Amino acid sequence: MTYFNNIWRNEKSREIIIQIFVLLCIGWFLSWLISNVDANFKALGKDISFEFLFIPAGYDINQYLIDYNNRDSHLRAGIVGLLNTGLVAFFGIILATLLGVTLGIVRLSKNWLASKIAYWYIEFTRNVPILLHILLWHGIIINTLPHSKNAINIADISFLSNRGFYIPKPLTENGIELVYLLLVIGIIFSVLFFKHAKKKQDLTGLQLPVFWINLSVIISLPVIGFFVSGLPISLEIPVLKGFNFKGGMHMSPELAALTFALGIYTAAFIAEIVRAGILAVDKGQREAAESIGLKPSKVMKLVILPQARRVIIPPLTSQYLNLTKNSSLAIAIGYMDLVATLGGISLNQTGREMETMVIVMLIYLSVSLSISAFMNWYNNKVKLVGR
Amino acid sequence: MSNNVIIAAVVAGAVGIGAGYALFSGEPIQTVVKESVTSAPAGAGTLDEVRARGSLNCIINTGLAGFAAPDDKGKWTGFDVDFCRAVAAATLGDANKVNYTTATGKTRFTKLAAGEGEILSRNTTWTFSRDVDLSQTFVGVSYYDGQGFMVPKSLGVTSAKGLDGASVCIQTGTTTELNLAEFFAANNMKYNPVPIETNSEAQELYKAGRCDVYTTDASGLYATMSSFDNPSDHMVLPEIVSKEPLGPVVRHGDDQWADIVAWTLKAMMAGEELNITSSNVKSLAGKDNKNKEINRLLGKDPLQGVSKLGLSPDWAVQVISQVGNYAEVFEKNLGMSTPLKIARGANQLSKDGGLFYIPPIK
Repeated sequence: MTYFNNIWRNEKSREIIIQIFVLLCIGWFLSWLISNVDANFKALGKDISFEFLFIPAGYDINQYLIDYNNRDSHLRAGIVGLLNTGLVAFFGIILATLLGVTLGIVRLSKNWLASKIAYWYIEFTRNVPILLHILLWHGIIINTLPHSKNAINIADISFLSNRGFYIPKPLTENGIELVYLLLVIGIIFSVLFFKHAKKKQDLTGLQLPVFWINLSVIISLPVIGFFVSGLPISLEIPVLKGFNFKGGMHMSPELAALTFALGIYTAAFIAEIVRAGILAVDKGQREAAESIGLKPSKVMKLVILPQARRVIIPPLTSQYLNLTKNSSLAIAIGYMDLVATLGGISLNQTGREMETMVIVMLIYLSVSLSISAFMNWYNNKVKLVGR
Repeated sequence: MSNNVIIAAVVAGAVGIGAGYALFSGEPIQTVVKESVTSAPAGAGTLDEVRARGSLNCIINTGLAGFAAPDDKGKWTGFDVDFCRAVAAATLGDANKVNYTTATGKTRFTKLAAGEGEILSRNTTWTFSRDVDLSQTFVGVSYYDGQGFMVPKSLGVTSAKGLDGASVCIQTGTTTELNLAEFFAANNMKYNPVPIETNSEAQELYKAGRCDVYTTDASGLYATMSSFDNPSDHMVLPEIVSKEPLGPVVRHGDDQWADIVAWTLKAMMAGEELNITSSNVKSLAGKDNKNKEINRLLGKDPLQGVSKLGLSPDWAVQVISQVGNYAEVFEKNLGMSTPLKIARGANQLSKDGGLFYIPPIK
């Protein structure tokens, strides 16, 4: 008994005992869940099997980044869906970041009107559920844009209708290699020039117009190559044929609606995060920067944002994760993402709820963890190094 | 926390999970899912459960005019709804004792399997894999349907073979998706699928012109068309591209319950065959008819096995008097007097040129 009392009164060993007890409880609960599922599946006469992944899916998907037809397997249909999820998350994150950072800065602007507009935008947007945003944008696109027969014609090469946005598709011909080569040379030059300019500034304090020089080099070199090699790019222009436009590149109304909705919704949260980050930087920093004569844009770029970034990145990561996960609402408007293909039609055609849901959950988990890992790496890179 | 503590914690967790699993993997615990799921496959029980509850749980469509749609008082009506009512009349003696649960094409089988209803009466197509692989029992065909295409007349298309390149709205989670893919592939045509969750959403997209064509079972097309402002601006193309035998579904394992549901449907059809209607059923039941089959169906003469089903001898009288025979239910919900104006077609008795051939009631 005294031995037990000794263990119990010792802070360290008591901690261990409590933790073991808690873990036992968790273990018991998990095993109870698993055996319960197992028992109920047995009672229903169902088994767990992943063979369905390799039989032909049988259904068509309206947007695919890799080749797909209805004779391909459920697995491939799932991958097509995953890529569609990735595509909309990618566009959404870019839109949300650009819009969010701009709004966050404008929100702090001394211009009363600009600041108020940003304020009302943020308050309105983030207080309306994301599903409504998606339905609203889809509704707007479907109901306000004309039918494909009366599509809005932009210079005879691009067309806007409620079937989506069609733009010309560049087709490469012989001689395009020179253009690619010159583009690579341009980029290499820019990197070297950037380093050179930085070194020069460190030594002499003299600033070179790096941005404009690099931009003109990167653009002009390939353009020269394009003319020298005899115009090796032709455009495939979309044409109205039968019911829809054929040829060219196509952005479906569903993809557009989802990108707008996710981007615009998440931008409101990002704006608040950016604002918080900027406000977290001591105002003495700004005053000091202003007092040495930096322009306001330089104050922001060189002094405020680098410090604010450390505060911004962790919550920004969760916004990116939210956006990616919210993209699963795509099913509401018929955008065929991972949930709509593997977790929707495949589930239904094969009746394998447990298996498909487990796969879909694991995929979302690994996508989220990857984004998280990347942002942690970036965060470590920019965080204050303790000396 | 030192390394030792972490290691101890991990070991303890593993031991806990192992111990917990060893303890409980032997005896299945069946408390999470509703009782009915685990008890049903063991044998009988569904009927007792319905009786004990005093009402039938029926899974129906989220809204399809003529089959399952709320009327202006919020009461569910329609062909599929009437079948739920018929089973309630047979088992409980009161057609109104039904609780309705709605399900989309996607959720219906999960809901049935999870015990949210005793019957799935939601224009469900009988297919091999649904019957066998999903462990369900299709008890019969209540409506012979086939997949068709609806287009606006202004589109100028008169045949489904002229739909190359069209955008097609489809209800997802149905056999429709597979039929559509096969039909277009077989005719070397391309299309742009727009998958939609429910009939009402698909209607909105079709009306807004997001799709050129809406495809689903022909009955569903007529139902959808009847709800438009100008039904005459739209047409159903002549091609029917699939076989869609629709019927009620129950869970595997309770043969007694499957028999009750199957014979309720057959009793309604037999009612039509024997000219028993909701208006004359009471008087026919009260007298000795020349046709002894009528007597057996209505409980006047003994019909062996009714007690085995757990039903009272007047079960068919309850069904036909409270709900009607098959013809009455069809005409009331889908027939020429309704906005749907669906002809009987294949959905007639075999003696009238249809596909319904009822086993003898003896």
